[in-house]
Amino acid sequence: MLGWFHKLGSPKLFFEISTRWQNPITALSVLVIGGCAFWCLLFAPADYQQGHAVRIMYIHVPAAILAQSGYIFMALCSAVYLIWNIKLADWAAKSVAPLGASLSFLVLITGSIWGKPTWGAWWVWDARLTSTLVLLLLYLGMIALRGALEEKGTDGRACGILAIVGLVNIPIIKFSVDWWFTLHQPASFKLTEQPAMPLEMWLPLLIMVIGYYLFFFSVWIYRIRNEILIREKKTAWVKSWAGSS
Amino acid sequence: MKFGTMKPHRRERLLLILFVLAAAGSSIAFVLMALNDNINLFYSPQQILSGEAPTNRVIRAGGMVLEGSVIRSSKDLEVRFLISDMKGSSVPIVYRGILPDLFREGQGIISKGKLEETGTFIATEVLAKHDENYMPPELAEVLPKTHRKNGEWKVKE
Repeated sequence: MLGWFHKLGSPKLFFEISTRWQNPITALSVLVIGGCAFWCLLFAPADYQQGHAVRIMYIHVPAAILAQSGYIFMALCSAVYLIWNIKLADWAAKSVAPLGASLSFLVLITGSIWGKPTWGAWWVWDARLTSTLVLLLLYLGMIALRGALEEKGTDGRACGILAIVGLVNIPIIKFSVDWWFTLHQPASFKLTEQPAMPLEMWLPLLIMVIGYYLFFFSVWIYRIRNEILIREKKTAWVKSWAGSS
Repeated sequence: MKFGTMKPHRRERLLLILFVLAAAGSSIAFVLMALNDNINLFYSPQQILSGEAPTNRVIRAGGMVLEGSVIRSSKDLEVRFLISDMKGSSVPIVYRGILPDLFREGQGIISKGKLEETGTFIATEVLAKHDENYMPPELAEVLPKTHRKNGEWKVKE
């Protein structure tokens, strides 16, 4: 039953399959984000209170969703590595960290730029903002821990445990605006309810989120393929692949 | 995935991971519950009136600017207004400075300052809170004000 799962854990097979996926996903992400950016900047309506400042949402919200989804994905990969000892899962987790860190950084920067004209402050220590900063620090900690332990070969286990413990932060980010008094407004998208904004605003936002998912996986595929080639460079299949291309 | 068919050492590791997650989760939950008051960014008008908020210390107060309560000084930048939780409690605020663009009657705001013993809040900073109900200006004009969720000030218990 878990046959496909174990098979996909083979670096060679994953490399072969991802060869087919890499370019289409990359092209699609460029297309979706590029096209949707025009929609968001030129055609989506301004807000009745904030005016054009609301357009920062189209970068800020997708980046926030991806920074958090990326973290969950990283923690899942780490769990797979810790339980089944599949090395590829560890490399997958490693490939997420810098990407997640960049996205968290983007969230904080765009949030700051949005906060100044609307709230009147670049930064406040409210629960949502602080827990998002913790997310960035978790990603940075993960990169640092890897760098420190990589030579010893114990990096996967240590980072895996850190990733799983850090998972606790995700519901805190998500529900911070409901649990405590914060300056940040509640979620724009909810799974159980209609979005709080009209269709001509949430549709481009949703498409942007899809574009960001595609972007995330396209960069992730490049990173993990790179990682596979580095780790497997002494194997026969990598040598023959390098010779043929 | 069948739990029962997992190899014993893998099942052990899965249980260990779940245990670590539960332990970390519950310990963080306890810390957050203990720090609950400090994590809240501001005091609500009801908390201020009931004496929960300390006086003469820098704190934040949050609420909706009550309709018709804004009085601007003709000489300087002084503004006086009431913030309310829309449930009957309100606190007078005095502020001298530049207000954010979104400041208006009916808007949620958060102000930093000190609560005087007289019950007046002397603010040194006013931040505007906005909600997630973004809408185009044309739509906002058509919708009667009472239908906009904007007028709602959520107070968590």
